[in-house]
Amino acid sequence: MASIFQGIGAATSLSSSTLFDSKKLQLCSRRSLSERKTSFVVVRAAGAKMDGGSSGIGGRADQLVTNAVATKADTPAAAAAASKPGHELLLFEALREGLEEEMERDARVCVMGEDVGHYGGSYKVTKGLAPKYGDLRVLDTPIAENSFTGMGIGAAMMGLRPIIEGMNMGFLLLAFNQISNNCGMLHYTSGGQFKIPVVIRGPGGVGRQLGAEHSQRLESYFQSIPGIQMVACSTPYNAKGLMKAAIRSDNPVILFEHVLLYNLKETIPDEEYVLNLEEAEMVRPGEHVTILTYSRMRYHVMQAAKTLVNKGYDPEVIDIRSLKPFDLHTIGNSIKKTHRVLIVEECMRTGGIGASLTAAISENFHDYLDAPIVCLSSQDVPTPYAGTLEEWTVVQPPQIVAAVEQLCR
Amino acid sequence: MGLARAIQPLPLPPLADSRPKPTATASSLFLGSTRTLRPSNTFARTHTRTRSISSAQRRSAVAANVSDVKLKPATNLLLTKEEALEVYEDMILGRVFEDMCAQMYYRGKMFGFVHLYNGQEAVSSGFIKLLKKEDSVVSTYRDHVHALSKGVPARAVMSELFGKTTGCCRGQGGSMHMFSSEYNVLGGFAFIGEGIPVATGAAFTSKYKREVLKEADCDHVTLAFFGDGTANNGQFFECLNMAALWKLPIIFVVENNLWAIGMSHLRATSDPEIWKKGPAFGMPGVHVDGMDVLKVREVAQEAIGRARRGEGPTLVECETYRFRGHSLADPDELRDPGDEKARYAARDPITQFKKHLIESKLANEAELKAIEKKIEEVVEEAVEFADASPAPSRSQLLENVFADPRGFGIGPDGRYRCEDPKFTEGTAQV
Repeated sequence: MASIFQGIGAATSLSSSTLFDSKKLQLCSRRSLSERKTSFVVVRAAGAKMDGGSSGIGGRADQLVTNAVATKADTPAAAAAASKPGHELLLFEALREGLEEEMERDARVCVMGEDVGHYGGSYKVTKGLAPKYGDLRVLDTPIAENSFTGMGIGAAMMGLRPIIEGMNMGFLLLAFNQISNNCGMLHYTSGGQFKIPVVIRGPGGVGRQLGAEHSQRLESYFQSIPGIQMVACSTPYNAKGLMKAAIRSDNPVILFEHVLLYNLKETIPDEEYVLNLEEAEMVRPGEHVTILTYSRMRYHVMQAAKTLVNKGYDPEVIDIRSLKPFDLHTIGNSIKKTHRVLIVEECMRTGGIGASLTAAISENFHDYLDAPIVCLSSQDVPTPYAGTLEEWTVVQPPQIVAAVEQLCR
Repeated sequence: MGLARAIQPLPLPPLADSRPKPTATASSLFLGSTRTLRPSNTFARTHTRTRSISSAQRRSAVAANVSDVKLKPATNLLLTKEEALEVYEDMILGRVFEDMCAQMYYRGKMFGFVHLYNGQEAVSSGFIKLLKKEDSVVSTYRDHVHALSKGVPARAVMSELFGKTTGCCRGQGGSMHMFSSEYNVLGGFAFIGEGIPVATGAAFTSKYKREVLKEADCDHVTLAFFGDGTANNGQFFECLNMAALWKLPIIFVVENNLWAIGMSHLRATSDPEIWKKGPAFGMPGVHVDGMDVLKVREVAQEAIGRARRGEGPTLVECETYRFRGHSLADPDELRDPGDEKARYAARDPITQFKKHLIESKLANEAELKAIEKKIEEVVEEAVEFADASPAPSRSQLLENVFADPRGFGIGPDGRYRCEDPKFTEGTAQV
């Protein structure tokens, strides 16, 4: 097996709480846990390096760069990631790399979705896999989301480990029946007899004038379903790590990618690594305010952070990554330090991830707050087509700067 | 103005019935199958007939056969005495168990929605008794008897209905969610149609094991049972397409009992002959008398054989009837007791089969009585077992939500929630 990457800089340490230690879990040794034999080290990814120069998209990319790009992180941990030579790739390639490594490792891992095979995936995440692994392992399905998602679930019950791709996350609304009733619930209603190790993935979020139906944030709709986990990737580094972790997990995991982030470039380690599905990522340590975000909004936040730093603020930015369940440890530690919380999300105001996070923080860390929790979300409107209107539906860096200034008054 | 009159929709068929007399097609391998047994006056829809035949010819798929309306007497060659008694015992188990369920429900031992299978035993026994343990069965909410036929012990099913921890799903599923990983019963689904894709996935796995994982002898088939109401649902059609496209080893068994709660099949379906929908997707569609276990078994044998040989899926429409209401909460007022119910009661599958066994000398009265007595004892013992079993304790609440309980996440104290001692007590905050 490939060696496990364990390079961590001074800023983070593998505390026992974050290290998956099979001994620690003796207390809840249910049937599922007792079979755990792997002991790969899980990387506490603090300050993954973000490459500001995302490129390769062309003309439109320039717009993307000004609007959504990350700043270079100046945390020590970034140096650790750069200490080994690594290789540079785009986010969709990182996803593909993770997927391919897992398919190589376990013959039961298969992919199903529309245009994943011969076409290579509408965002090229599965390009080259069908010629290599065959039409059955990389299955081109007809346009029947509800049914092929259910088919993936049935296959998972019988021992396979399918990755079900929604060409756009919004299409998975058609599969809601299967995702809610079967994916989330079957392990429970069968009394633990059948596990559903599926990964449901696809791009979502507000893109570049894609129109209302192609710009949906399904994390807010799925978050109530019991029995599923949801993670959102935002960098090539965490995309690959989360993809691998999701595939290896015995739980059904929904991996949210973002349409605008597929062409982000980053240097990732050559060694094999798997990230922890339940952990958040410390993007930028700070003292004054905790900014919680995920997916594309991470880049808006980091852009705002540049401005804030110039103005003398020191924001702590955390990419929560795990949308369900929340990593209340990382979040809590941060709140205990800064006492101010700003949540920046792309979900809509009503019932989004931010709303749940606000409630969770209020419940657990109320005593540590010096100010009310501020949550910046998208407007409760269907995403308009017009570029100007679309810009105003999502949170932009100036709004983030203003919110922090208000919060830190 | 003129345009509005140009296209007239076809007049709706009269409620009484509407089945056109289909023409004979090429001889079929499905020997037991028959044409409609319900009284019919012809309602000429020749264009649909030609369409379905030509599409069948084009695909060279076997269209539904047509034999004359008279029931052919089943031959003894279909069953050995041992098999016959096994089938009889299974049907009796199904009937006695369901009757006991009704009793227990009205005595307050089980709650919620309970859907009983009385009258449809021939379909379950006819199909499932031909399966191996590794074959899979997927059902709907009317799943008790499918689970029993597949081999799940009666006491496990009864316990599950009572909501006890010794139930096949630890009391967490209930009447509509019977699962067994040991006997490959993949549920038990409350929403109609949602089990069909799961069945398609199980069939896909069988093909995957054979072709990708190179388990050359893997010829496991999957049976998907569902009703006439489901045959109008999108998931049904989507799965017919995928199963035929990839030649999956699955048999779609429609238990057409004519009623979806209070909705008559004829009022809900533009073309009530469900078997016809098979050839439209490139698979054989077969109609069979679902009250005759021998005919069902004959058709099942061929369909399962097809699937095992890798020839692809089959759609089988079993004409059957449920003697009780849709569920125990259904007052069952819309079905006319005088005509329809009485007619089907006269064709009780168990009575028919018993008569056949005795007439063809496969068994005698005494042997059959012994079986009936044995089953009564089995079911009574199941009730006693269920009664004596404990209800789930609080500690069971949070188990089984996730296969990997780390899915509950990391709590504020930095430990995984599942490590909290209160987790095993069922009182942890998750």
